[in-house]
Amino acid sequence: MASIEDFKQEVRSFIEANLPAQLRVGNRKDLPGALLGKWITALSGRGWITPEWPTEYGGGGLDRKHAAALKAEFKAVRAPIISSFGTSMLGPTLLEFGNEAQKKEFLPPISRHEIKWCQGYSEPGAGSDLASLQTRAEKQGDEYIITGQKIWTTGADKADWIFCLVRTDPDVAKHDGISFILFPMSQPEIEVSPLHLIDGTAEFSQVFFDGARAKAEHLVGPVNGGWTIAKRLLQHERSVEGGSEGGLSGAAKETYVDIVKREIGFENGVLADATIRQRLAQQELDAQALKLTMARAREQARAGQTTRDIGSLGKYRWANMVKSEQDLVMTALGSQGLGWDGPGFEDTQLERTKTWLITRADSIWGGTNEVQLNVIAKRVLQIPE
Amino acid sequence: MGLILSEDQLILHDMAKSFFDEKSPMERMRALRDTSDDTGFTRELWKEMGELGWIGILLPEAFGGADMGYGELGVVLSECGRALAPEPFMSTVLLGGNAILLGGSEPLQKDLLPDVCTGDRILAMAFQEQGRFTPYAVETRATKDGGGFKIRGEKLFVLDGHVADQIVTVARTSGSGGERDGLSLFVVDTSAAGVEVQRTQMLDGRNAARVRFEDTAVDAARVLGELDAGADVLDTVLDRATIGLCAEMLGTFEEAFERTLEYLKNREQFGVKIGTFQALRHRASEMYGELEFARSVVRDAQSSIDDGRDDVAQMASAAKARCSDVGNLIGGEAIQMFGGIGMTDEEDIGLFFKRLKAAEVTLGDAIYHRNRYASLRGY
Repeated sequence: MASIEDFKQEVRSFIEANLPAQLRVGNRKDLPGALLGKWITALSGRGWITPEWPTEYGGGGLDRKHAAALKAEFKAVRAPIISSFGTSMLGPTLLEFGNEAQKKEFLPPISRHEIKWCQGYSEPGAGSDLASLQTRAEKQGDEYIITGQKIWTTGADKADWIFCLVRTDPDVAKHDGISFILFPMSQPEIEVSPLHLIDGTAEFSQVFFDGARAKAEHLVGPVNGGWTIAKRLLQHERSVEGGSEGGLSGAAKETYVDIVKREIGFENGVLADATIRQRLAQQELDAQALKLTMARAREQARAGQTTRDIGSLGKYRWANMVKSEQDLVMTALGSQGLGWDGPGFEDTQLERTKTWLITRADSIWGGTNEVQLNVIAKRVLQIPE
Repeated sequence: MGLILSEDQLILHDMAKSFFDEKSPMERMRALRDTSDDTGFTRELWKEMGELGWIGILLPEAFGGADMGYGELGVVLSECGRALAPEPFMSTVLLGGNAILLGGSEPLQKDLLPDVCTGDRILAMAFQEQGRFTPYAVETRATKDGGGFKIRGEKLFVLDGHVADQIVTVARTSGSGGERDGLSLFVVDTSAAGVEVQRTQMLDGRNAARVRFEDTAVDAARVLGELDAGADVLDTVLDRATIGLCAEMLGTFEEAFERTLEYLKNREQFGVKIGTFQALRHRASEMYGELEFARSVVRDAQSSIDDGRDDVAQMASAAKARCSDVGNLIGGEAIQMFGGIGMTDEEDIGLFFKRLKAAEVTLGDAIYHRNRYASLRGY
């Protein structure tokens, strides 16, 4: 492999050749589609959408150091990040649990950002208690016939394929009868019904299966061995969330600190409201403490010291931090944070309102706060149940 | 310095842990408290810590110190905190010793610091004049008198002031009220004429003193830092002492948490271990999270000093705001989870609860430090 310095040079040349200035603005929803498409094609030509995957599966074959250098170079020019359920969740799971045929079939299109995946996990009766899921998959010849219902499926209305948890044995303990299976979404036996959320968006759907079909060869891992895979995939999900250090996904660049300062104003050189000043300081202190705690966990792992599972704590505190950040913004905005649409409110204010609403979910999805606290009590503190 | 202990620090940790396990069981602390021991700590043990190099851990080798950092001192202080050992690290090392180290002339340092390292000299620092921590609210005055100064005023909450040989005293040489300018620091012998020391016993079994200065004469050579600009030294001393105190608090609430966790795992009510109740499990997890946060922040605060960073003041306030709140949370939850037995003096958990309250109030509580952090952050 090339030396890091040579490799960085190579990446810079690649960026010069392939990344137009219009795309050097970070992740935004309004990026010009044609240019973005060209960039994605160029990236996948090198396997750099999934730089650490083996080249035989469409990856870049880079080791961790080279992948980090690649990421740093992209970040330096604010290149848009190409990531999906396929690259961040299903891909790593297939690399670990999939058989050779499955890897060959599914990983290359993921690495080219071609197939949109959705995740069929939660059900109306299986949210926090995911393992009690009821969607049935019954073997018929070389197919499974799937009947049941999923909910909170992100992007189901646009997805080409689904990775889905199904019950393959209803007669054993709930964790022991679950399988992990992949199948296409474009089937007449699948109905997708978008869910309109409290913030006005509809990114999630309910998905109804009425005899949908999956090839038996697309069942990943052992039959009835899906729970292990499901948990591992959730770890990938938590590492994505816990690692993002809060902040907003949208275009709002102004931080909560800026907003509070501007809306509350200053008297005698300090924030005009003493209580809000305390809350703002606490908010910053919590953000700093979370960041330091995640950094310390990484140092421990590098030093080979025994680490306690920090994932649940990170997710729990991250969710609380994001929510209270937005609470503080709402407090500062007052009635200007209550706008829903139309004149009388600035776009950024309307966006803040919706952000506050949608961040209520951060302590629910990816494992509710209560589930995270249960996990800490059991696994980390080892208090017998 | 990193966020985790280095190999050398791990060795120091093991040493300190077995030292306090062996020599400082809870019975020792209880005996000192119950007999209203004149000293309030064990001088022989303090000297042993001197021989181990722990008292002078921050001080230059020229004075008999070990010339190490807050990362190392923090390791010792945390074990001290676990054992609730009342030895005078705070008064002698973090406050008085630091003031002389940071503001004293070389002859003065040579005169006083070697005996500090051996444990023979006890120091204290007198800054506070009212209950709530407000370091610049100083009415005590020092006026020029011949070649020196005369100090007049009254201080309270002078930790270990009852046994100190010297008290570093903050007095006003100009200005008024709560102004930062116009403060000066003086090293005052407690044996000097016009010094009246009244011992005060506190809820955690430790001692402080009210100290009255009635025209106490102090030589000009015993001024620390610049006249009228003593706050420059004072601020640095208080920041460093605060970070040291946080390391001690960390050990104290870690131990309190571990004891509470054991209790949850063993105590039975309604025919089951009380740790099976989700209401308690969630609160235990919450405490654990706070503890992890505190550990990270305290460690980074120590690094801010040892690495010569420019955010020591911010980190001191970050750490003390956090540790004060965590001490309150864990101390309060510990008593609650132990239930009735937690209210008895016989059960040790109450000793931790009381020490955490005293530490919370010492050098400013969470509200004080969040305000200060806000100021330092420009709001």
